[in-house]
Amino acid sequence: MEINLEEQFQEKIDQEIKIEPRDWMPEKYRKTLLRQISQHAHSEIVGMLPEGNWITRAPNLRRKVALLAKVQDEAGHGLYLYSAAETLGMSRDEMLAELHSGKAKYSSIFNYPTLTWADMGAIGWLVDGAAIMNQVPLCRTSYGPYARAMVRVCKEESFHQRQGYEIMLTLSKGTAEQKALAQDALNRWWWPSIMMFGPNDDKSPNSAQSMKWKIKRFSNDELRQKFVDVTVSQAEILGLTIPDKDLKWNEARGHYDFGTINWDEFNEVVAGNGPCNKQRLKARVDAWEKGTWVREAAIAFAEKRAKRNNNSTEAA
Amino acid sequence: MSNKEWPLWEVFIRAKQGLNHKHVGSLHAADHQMAIENARDVYTRRMEGVSIWVVESKHLHANEPSDQDSLFDPANDKVYRHPTFYVLPEELNHM
Amino acid sequence: MTERDVLSDYILHLADNSMILGQRCAEWCGHGPVLEQDIALTNIALDLIGEARSLYHYAADIKGGSATEDSEAFLRDVLQYRNCLLTEQPNTDWAYTIVRQFFYDTFHYHLHKQLSESSDARLKEIALKTIKESTYHLKWSSEWMIRLGDGTEVSKNKMQTAINDLWEYTGEFFIPSETETKALEMGIGADLSKIAPLWRSKVEEVMEEATLTIPASNYHQKGGKKGLHSEHLGYILAEMQYLQRAYPGAEW
Repeated sequence: MEINLEEQFQEKIDQEIKIEPRDWMPEKYRKTLLRQISQHAHSEIVGMLPEGNWITRAPNLRRKVALLAKVQDEAGHGLYLYSAAETLGMSRDEMLAELHSGKAKYSSIFNYPTLTWADMGAIGWLVDGAAIMNQVPLCRTSYGPYARAMVRVCKEESFHQRQGYEIMLTLSKGTAEQKALAQDALNRWWWPSIMMFGPNDDKSPNSAQSMKWKIKRFSNDELRQKFVDVTVSQAEILGLTIPDKDLKWNEARGHYDFGTINWDEFNEVVAGNGPCNKQRLKARVDAWEKGTWVREAAIAFAEKRAKRNNNSTEAA
Repeated sequence: MSNKEWPLWEVFIRAKQGLNHKHVGSLHAADHQMAIENARDVYTRRMEGVSIWVVESKHLHANEPSDQDSLFDPANDKVYRHPTFYVLPEELNHM
Repeated sequence: MTERDVLSDYILHLADNSMILGQRCAEWCGHGPVLEQDIALTNIALDLIGEARSLYHYAADIKGGSATEDSEAFLRDVLQYRNCLLTEQPNTDWAYTIVRQFFYDTFHYHLHKQLSESSDARLKEIALKTIKESTYHLKWSSEWMIRLGDGTEVSKNKMQTAINDLWEYTGEFFIPSETETKALEMGIGADLSKIAPLWRSKVEEVMEEATLTIPASNYHQKGGKKGLHSEHLGYILAEMQYLQRAYPGAEW
């Protein structure tokens, strides 16, 4: 019976029929999705922090409102994704508890510090650019609620990368000092950005199953290559240099070749030893703990009011 | 004090006058009033709506997916419910 | 002061209020007690900063020359800022943030109701837009006042503490500065003496429902409208203006 269900399930996937929350699904499919969607949600929420700390320092009012709206969107994206994950049977609070305890992961890129205003440009351009590469195919992922959340996310995300690129453009056309800020930001964010696609395909054991279930549609290396290919010319327009001496066009492959990624660094950051892992997690835990009395009071009041309304209905 | 989570609400938005409300997603809120406001803040930041419905998720009832065949397949052979079932002369342009 | 000076000073005062409070609200982004409310408060911050931008833009047009919305916001120092002391008070916690917001929203709403009848067409236009926004802000902060005042023992105590601390900054709204008096005479500004009772009655109504107590003290801090601020403003501006100050004349 079980085998039969699994076969039917795979048939649906192969026919591009979306899986919906109450449909039968293999336990491993559910768990894989729950892990991926909740990690994705956590990344959005933790991702608010490195940019968030520049909101109060944005250099003019136009930049300030754009950055504020962008970071707010990330909260929204986290919310859509938590909602999608909740349809798989875990509450948002349970997911947050896993984030706060360190059990759940989030994208390592957010464990790097934002040192200058140019980092707002580099994050929008590179980090959001890499995220979009990952996210666009997810709009067609096999799980309905995840796909729908991603459609909404991608629609809103479209201004984020432009916002970042515009910052880079202004800086690179500005004074020598500003251009140096832009180059420095590119130097620091380039490698972490291309690490965002995850380990090389031969080191990514769960990828094959995720592809078979059409949770993922492209492999890590395919997406990374695509990102490098489109980003090179964008850097040229800025007049900035990508910090990779091995980066060059390969006519035969029709792609750019690029240098070896420092996976030791990646693994260290994933293991919790990035420059800001502790600060990021602490900021989230603090927000949660300082909000406890607020959330409790709101529930207590809602219950009180419901009771009062019931009583007055009975009296009448 | 209990550590209760704010309940989950489903949000339906009317994009413009004349259209029906459409499910757009869900959110958490302590009560219905807050749920409407949260829906406004979360789901209409880009002028996506002119009217909001919220319903606490626990009040939604749905059919069992396993009943799908018996619920929906029987409509499949009722071709006479569709206008193309009826053969009319061609000179009768629109009906 | 010429009429032009009065107008520009008056507009800067209005702009500074919303700018500084918007900056404070924006500090919450990413740190709210729950995701939905993080988003809600950021919406308020965006409304306030948006309003401030319209006003700075107007002030810059009046001043002419090289003045822009950014020169008004980023190149004036503490003594030139005209915001009320309440708006610069720190976030402290969600209770202080809500109480500060509620006191301001109540004032802000009635202020713009009056400004919507200003003889100055541009100010009137800004006011009409602001009323819509502040109507929502006031609804939001009133509900939070009630929810937390009448929530748990803990929340009630936190709210009452915040009210007791912030109360002394509310009187300043209604003590007219020279500019406000002249702006009223010119028919462009609001009549604060008419707003005071409206403010008081809304505050009483909401606080009663919230089971919170209005402090008896009638002593009020003032000075913000003349540029004599609390120590907080210097830090706000240091942070806000740092790039403009560190790289003079740069485009961003």
